[in-house]
Amino acid sequence: MAEREQKKKSAPARRAEEVEDVTPVSSEQGEKIKAELDELLDEIDDVLEENAEDFVRSYVQKGGQ
Amino acid sequence: MAIPKVCGIETEYGIVLRGTGDSNPIAASSVLINAYVSDLQRRVGWDFEDESPGNDARGFAREGSMPPEVETHLVNAVLTNGARYYVDHAHPEFSTPECADPLQCVLYDKAGERILTRSMEAAARVLPAGQDIVVYKNNSDRKGNSYGCHENYLMDRQAPFPRIVHHAMPHLITRQIYTGAGKVGTETAQPGGKEVSFQLTQRADFFEEEVGLETTLKRPIVNTRDEPHADAQKYRRLHVIVGDANLAEVSTFLKVGVTVVVLCMIEDDWFGDKDFTFASPVQALRRISCDPGLSEALPLADGTTATALDIQWEYLDLARKYAEERGLGGVGEEVGEEVLRRWEEVLSGLETDPMSLADQLDWVAKYRLIDGYRQRHDLSWSDPKLAAMDLQYHDVRPSRSLFARLPMQRMVTEESVTEAITEPPPDTRAYFRGRCLQRWASCISAANWDSLVFDLGTDPLRRVPMMEPLRGTAAMVDSLLERCSEPAELLELLGS
Repeated sequence: MAEREQKKKSAPARRAEEVEDVTPVSSEQGEKIKAELDELLDEIDDVLEENAEDFVRSYVQKGGQ
Repeated sequence: MAIPKVCGIETEYGIVLRGTGDSNPIAASSVLINAYVSDLQRRVGWDFEDESPGNDARGFAREGSMPPEVETHLVNAVLTNGARYYVDHAHPEFSTPECADPLQCVLYDKAGERILTRSMEAAARVLPAGQDIVVYKNNSDRKGNSYGCHENYLMDRQAPFPRIVHHAMPHLITRQIYTGAGKVGTETAQPGGKEVSFQLTQRADFFEEEVGLETTLKRPIVNTRDEPHADAQKYRRLHVIVGDANLAEVSTFLKVGVTVVVLCMIEDDWFGDKDFTFASPVQALRRISCDPGLSEALPLADGTTATALDIQWEYLDLARKYAEERGLGGVGEEVGEEVLRRWEEVLSGLETDPMSLADQLDWVAKYRLIDGYRQRHDLSWSDPKLAAMDLQYHDVRPSRSLFARLPMQRMVTEESVTEAITEPPPDTRAYFRGRCLQRWASCISAANWDSLVFDLGTDPLRRVPMMEPLRGTAAMVDSLLERCSEPAELLELLGS
């Protein structure tokens, strides 16, 4: 098959990262969010379910719609 | 002209009864909802003295006719805000009242979360010591079982269904980039055994067909259920089953808001010969969900390729022109402008720096949090701690919810949410339903989307049909209701 034409143009150069590599934070808004995230991560262990493995295993639902 | 897009969201919540080996989700869901309803009675201090014991509902009523698949003897309540709260498929389900626009939909969807929170608190007071019920606003147990969050949109019956399918499908597939609630890993085998660390949506793993009637297996991207709950000659109700349950208000707003805009454009035949049909829609849905880098261009039926962002930009361009030439009357003008503004802002953010949207979109917020934790503790993506965080993001208890700890943008005030727990929206028929239930619940034997049935004790049951979703509004019925001190007077004046 001939090479397909890419539909849209307005986007800047495309990134081709691995799944994990979503663009890092760079904007000012992003910096603020990052600072807040660091703070949250400092205290998050206090609220996380104690035994992650058990918690995940025992979370079983009946299918719905 | 496109008709006003009355809309609503129905959410099946995940449920866990803790502290006992025997966790029956149907029984737990019934306990949860009954506890809320009983608590409501106690809270409003209803006077039971003159009541017959059969009438156990205050501020709610048993619903009359129900679709056969949910014909059970389970709890089924209609609330004074016009919402329906019931047990469906082993889950507690909350359906918002009919909303006049997408912002109102955000409000009532959030009120639904608060009702579930209050229900858990009420259940804790009636359950044996050591037991409690926890609910999750998500769509998957991470073991292949999914439960839904469905949207409903009022549409003009004259819009041909094939046209709806044709132009709604590419939108429903590509909107995942801002509607997704995020998920660590996948629940389906990936082509070539590809590892997926994180995907955009909860639901994409569970869709196998393009168009169909099913909702619980072989789920289709476009659902064909044709049950308008309104005048079927004039209206259809588009039942969208492919979305995630959102906690982020901006995600909910865009999920409903952009879809409303697109459906208005479809009614007005605005797409002309524009065609964004994917070559393989089901595969496109899944691949987009599994591509948080948003970079993959997928084949379209016309031989070109496009990324999800490309197609969303195209839809936005068309919508801008549509708004200029036809207006946004079908969305609500002001709300419509806000939809377009936020839509563009979010697409720009996704294009340049998705993480800048961590305070707006669910999948970004979740990714940022879980990936931050992963990096800090040097964990692999398969570590159960991350899967646990994924689940706990959706925990509806304020004390445990990870979502609740994030500095997310609000679109509605908490004060208005609290009001929406008990008060109906003023500008749809839900207003009439809600007000009547507030005043005369003991005389209402059944409440349904399109009717109220009164039982005055002496006469045969009297049915008030409500086939027009935009009648029964505050503007239309407030003065009528004020004139009536008894339901008999109301029925007299309505001629029912």
